[in-house]
Amino acid sequence: MSAPVTLSAHELTRRHGANLVAVSGVSLELRRGEVLGLLGHNGAGKSTTLQMLTGALPPDEGTVTICDFDLAKEPERAKACIGFLPEHPPLYKDMRVDDFLLFAARLHKVPAAKQAEALALAKQRCGLQDCSRKIIGTLSKGYQQRVGIAQAIIHNPAVVVLDEPTVGLDPAQIRDIRTLIRELGDSSSVILSTHLLNEVENLCDRVIILQHGRLIFSGSSAEMLANGNMEDAFLQITESGAAGK
Amino acid sequence: MIYTIAKKEFRSLFAAPSTWLMLALLQFLFAWFYFARMDDYLQIQAQLAHLDNAPGATIAVAAPLCGALALMLMLLIPLFTMRVIAEERRNQTWVLLLTAPVSAAHIVLGKFFGLLALLAIIICGCAAMLATLLLGTHADLGLMLANLGGVLLLAASYAALGLYLSALSKQPIIAASSALGLSFGLWMLEMSSSDNRSFLRALSPNAHFQNLNMGLINSADLIYFALFITTLLWLTIRQLNDERRHGL
Repeated sequence: MSAPVTLSAHELTRRHGANLVAVSGVSLELRRGEVLGLLGHNGAGKSTTLQMLTGALPPDEGTVTICDFDLAKEPERAKACIGFLPEHPPLYKDMRVDDFLLFAARLHKVPAAKQAEALALAKQRCGLQDCSRKIIGTLSKGYQQRVGIAQAIIHNPAVVVLDEPTVGLDPAQIRDIRTLIRELGDSSSVILSTHLLNEVENLCDRVIILQHGRLIFSGSSAEMLANGNMEDAFLQITESGAAGK
Repeated sequence: MIYTIAKKEFRSLFAAPSTWLMLALLQFLFAWFYFARMDDYLQIQAQLAHLDNAPGATIAVAAPLCGALALMLMLLIPLFTMRVIAEERRNQTWVLLLTAPVSAAHIVLGKFFGLLALLAIIICGCAAMLATLLLGTHADLGLMLANLGGVLLLAASYAALGLYLSALSKQPIIAASSALGLSFGLWMLEMSSSDNRSFLRALSPNAHFQNLNMGLINSADLIYFALFITTLLWLTIRQLNDERRHGL
């Protein structure tokens, strides 16, 4: 693959307190047009890794480079290239959908002339056309999740980071969001963490698996599928990882 | 960018029902004080008329009212400042600002000015009430404006203090109570000092407000307020930068 690298992380480490290591020595690379799936058991360090990639949490060691900008040295330029949906969508519950999304667009330096267009596109992509004037707090969980995704993509970032994007959605909504992620994967790079293995099978070009904060597998989803189905492969990798520890 | 954040901050403070409740309570208390003061003044007015250079309505009514307003704002501002950073942390909306391409200075100044706009509206409401004095008497406009300016500076100082304490904590209630405790402590420094020249008294924003309350615009007081506000805003920016580098 020769597409340009949009995000690379080198030896990321994060400790909570003196002894507890949440993430240790994780390196990864992402190219334009790639969808990367991040797998792992609960507490494996998925969310912590994603937070470090987006600048929400400073790493204790290691560096993150986004679109050739070092996240620690040129945070403003690097952060402009990234859209992030955290585990808990960062929504101001008392704002209207339109006002909130416009605020997110302004925060990410979308030029004033293009804001209306960006707003319309983000709403259309996330199926929010009918919710413009609604107050976010009154929306259902699934719609709130969509608003969360809309704020992450409104500035058309080169890298989209989604932490469990389909949690709490109904099957039809999951299908819509997956279509959206595939669409995003054409123009940008996407990283998503998930527990749903069929999601990975359907969406991701590459997969990495974390266990106890360490990277134990990195390869294409085709490689994982080679020895049977995804679930067997995942369990085999994580269990042998646990045995090897 | 500062404007974007300030506007959002102002609008979300203004959209909260609790803000309206507090505004209504403040107006009610202020109106009550106003009538009580007015009543007192009218009772002694006949005796005052015999004096040469008798105190006018402005100094007898407006100045003490501004003193009361300063005290009420001191109690009220921590309730606003706790929402500004600490509550965003608890509601996990802070991540949005943290991962956006915005510097800590822009966040802090945006939040400060958004809050200040709301405080200015509160003060304007009270100023409008004081302006009714103009209907019945020949008020001392200079004294009144010095008082209102003083209240605004004092409110800005308490807001900067509250903002810093809000940046230090994850719990809104801790942010509010520590801001209230500290501003009350500073107020006590002024109240308890027997000597007008004492060093401790000079630390208190309220002591510097006293001069403006008497209509005395002193450059030393203005410099004090500017220093107090900029120091606290700078500390807040530093705190947020440290947090971005090392985590909270």
